[in-house]
Amino acid sequence: MRPIAYLDHNATSPLRPAAFDAMAEALRMGGNPSSVHASGRRARATVDKARREVASLCGAASSEVVFTSGGTEANNLALSGAGRRRVLVSAVEHDSVRRAVPHAEVLPVDGDGVLDLAALERALATSAEPALVSVMLANNETGVLQPIREVVRLAQSAGALVHCDAVQGAGKVPVGLRDLGVDYLSLSAHKIGGPTGVGALMVRKSAPLSSALRGGGQESNRRAGTENVAGIAGFGAAAVLAASTPDLAGLRDGLEFSLVQIAPPAAVFGAGAPRLSNTSCISMPGVPAETQVVALDLADVCISAGAACSSGRVKPSSVLEAMGVPATEAACAIRVSLGWNTKAADIECLIAAWKDLYLRVKHSDISRADPQARAA
Amino acid sequence: MTAITQIRRNDQPIYLDYQATTPMDPRVLEAMMPYFTHKFGNSGSRSHAYGWEAEEGTEKARAQVAKLIGADEKEVIFTSGATESNNLAIRGVAEFYKDRKNHIITTVTEHKCVLDTCRHLEQQGFEVTYLPVRQDGLLDLDVLRAAITDKTVLVSVMAVNNEIGVIQPLAEIGKICREKKVFFHTDAAQAAGKIPLDVEALNIDLMSISGHKIYGPKGIGALYVRRKPRVRLVPMIVGGGQERGFRSGTLPTPLCVGLGEAAEICMKEMEAEAKRLKKLQERMLNGLRAKLTDIVVNGDLEQRIPGNLNISFAYVEGESLMMGIKNLAVSSGSACTSASLEPSYVLRALGVEEEMAHTSLRIGLGRFTTEHEVDTAVDELVRHVNKLREMSPLWEMAQEGIDIKSIEWAAH
Repeated sequence: MRPIAYLDHNATSPLRPAAFDAMAEALRMGGNPSSVHASGRRARATVDKARREVASLCGAASSEVVFTSGGTEANNLALSGAGRRRVLVSAVEHDSVRRAVPHAEVLPVDGDGVLDLAALERALATSAEPALVSVMLANNETGVLQPIREVVRLAQSAGALVHCDAVQGAGKVPVGLRDLGVDYLSLSAHKIGGPTGVGALMVRKSAPLSSALRGGGQESNRRAGTENVAGIAGFGAAAVLAASTPDLAGLRDGLEFSLVQIAPPAAVFGAGAPRLSNTSCISMPGVPAETQVVALDLADVCISAGAACSSGRVKPSSVLEAMGVPATEAACAIRVSLGWNTKAADIECLIAAWKDLYLRVKHSDISRADPQARAA
Repeated sequence: MTAITQIRRNDQPIYLDYQATTPMDPRVLEAMMPYFTHKFGNSGSRSHAYGWEAEEGTEKARAQVAKLIGADEKEVIFTSGATESNNLAIRGVAEFYKDRKNHIITTVTEHKCVLDTCRHLEQQGFEVTYLPVRQDGLLDLDVLRAAITDKTVLVSVMAVNNEIGVIQPLAEIGKICREKKVFFHTDAAQAAGKIPLDVEALNIDLMSISGHKIYGPKGIGALYVRRKPRVRLVPMIVGGGQERGFRSGTLPTPLCVGLGEAAEICMKEMEAEAKRLKKLQERMLNGLRAKLTDIVVNGDLEQRIPGNLNISFAYVEGESLMMGIKNLAVSSGSACTSASLEPSYVLRALGVEEEMAHTSLRIGLGRFTTEHEVDTAVDELVRHVNKLREMSPLWEMAQEGIDIKSIEWAAH
């Protein structure tokens, strides 16, 4: 069997062995953390340990961690739980932010996808009503980093709270709750080598939070429901490892350099701004992203044409649209995302397959290309 | 049974708290394993084989869950657990139909997450009727019928109670709701996989299911939402639009697969397991009754799942008893509220007096409970109840024939 090059870590990252071990132990142990007997207390201790581990990744106190079912729930919880009617979001936020606050004022980004801080300042000044500002740490499609500290500075002087969706940033750049200065910070376990089905909302002690899921008093009355003990244990183990992730910029930059050399008109989106070292959003002009994805998949290279949540749809990326990328060009953009187990060989597979496709397209009309040849 | 001995080491207490959570069935873990390791894809990734493989896993699981309750797989939504399912069902329906109808009916013995959701809706201006239950813990159908008005949008009645295990008359409730054109939601966290449930036969419109109560993993549940006639909901968690827009968020593939496998095992083994548990339940109760007087089973014993007993040991303080029987993992009520020392609101709703409610234990039996464990538990309970009663002045007075209720307590 040919090895597969998995380069879609921003969709989901394979489970780290240490996270798997922590989960296996918790699964074997069983127990409901709310039960007072020994079995329950053991489960409680597992949850408490993981809470310290996740808190430590964010330089926060254990009491500032609210475990959720994932990043989507964490984002939804922050936006509804902060209790602010007036919400400002950037134009490149994930759907779990945009759709949670359909009434929000949308702030523009520049050509690299970086938030327009002057627009934020103006928007904050238009109303005396205290707002919630929600800006992501790193974009899921381009990896572009937002100037969170400046956002916080502007927001604080206007009496606004700040939520930061750090789902894609965690494990790749520092996510200190106090260093960033935000009031709320969302995390997802499966984007940092933990399991799917678990995430956390970090909530500063000073920040208000009304719960969305009601029931038992779990998570200090902030999120009801029996804790996903094994998932939380796996999250904790992954958080420990996420504190020191190897720099992938070398591999990523090498990849981009090679692709642009193969196809000089290829464009790297967000390249002018500080970016995550693992993400590349790049276009092969004239070749639809779906064609690239299929061709690469046949060559056992896994990438995506945008966010996994919306990858079933043939809709141009709203992120690239907000950056002012023409629709025809955006339709040719793919996302390559590296992770903890990416090797140089994976990148070489991608480069070879991409080159193969590009040369075939260049020498023949793609619509008439022989499918047999494409599969080769 | 070798796998089962692996679950419980000899130095661990006997687990008799199957309503709080169940140990995972080793077969469930086996089904989940590949999805943790090499089949780790995001089921939303449509562009490569990892995504397709994950989607195959979640869709098979969806069909397994649907089959357990006689539903179509398109009618099953995965959630993070029964708490979320209950929140979504009740709030989702209430908010969708609020312009036309604003009245919800539930019972006083529901799980805390149903009651809390209803209380929250009351604050939002909805009207909620909390129906009482009879002394046996069951809903009086005439009381239900009388409570339904032309403003009623939803009736939410749990299938099986988490503290006393009684089974509500679902078929009759379903029939009444259908006649009156009111949606019927049932919290089946404690019922699914333990008693036959058919959403068609029972006229159920929404049903909540939990993974970890049926030997599956924690962090996963399901909500059944009827398509014909269609039930509509306002989603609580929005984003990528997964689960047909009802519930966004990346699906936790291994957990979905675990829930599906757990559902299939329950379905296959339900009949035999129910018979086995009924015998164990009888063995436990007969054993206790043979050696102890003044014990009362709370809730109807016939209309009840065989894996539950809730017993008041008169003149014995429940918390002291629990402290004594250290090698039995039991509870004095719901795990979610177990940190509080308040007497169970479920028992109070049955008319159990506060003193008796304080003396009660919930004993949960399940798939891995053995006869030997039941016998050991009976011996332990008898020994400690007798010891505590010997120290109790109330027990002494009762033995002398003094009516405790006639005593006037001096304030101090």
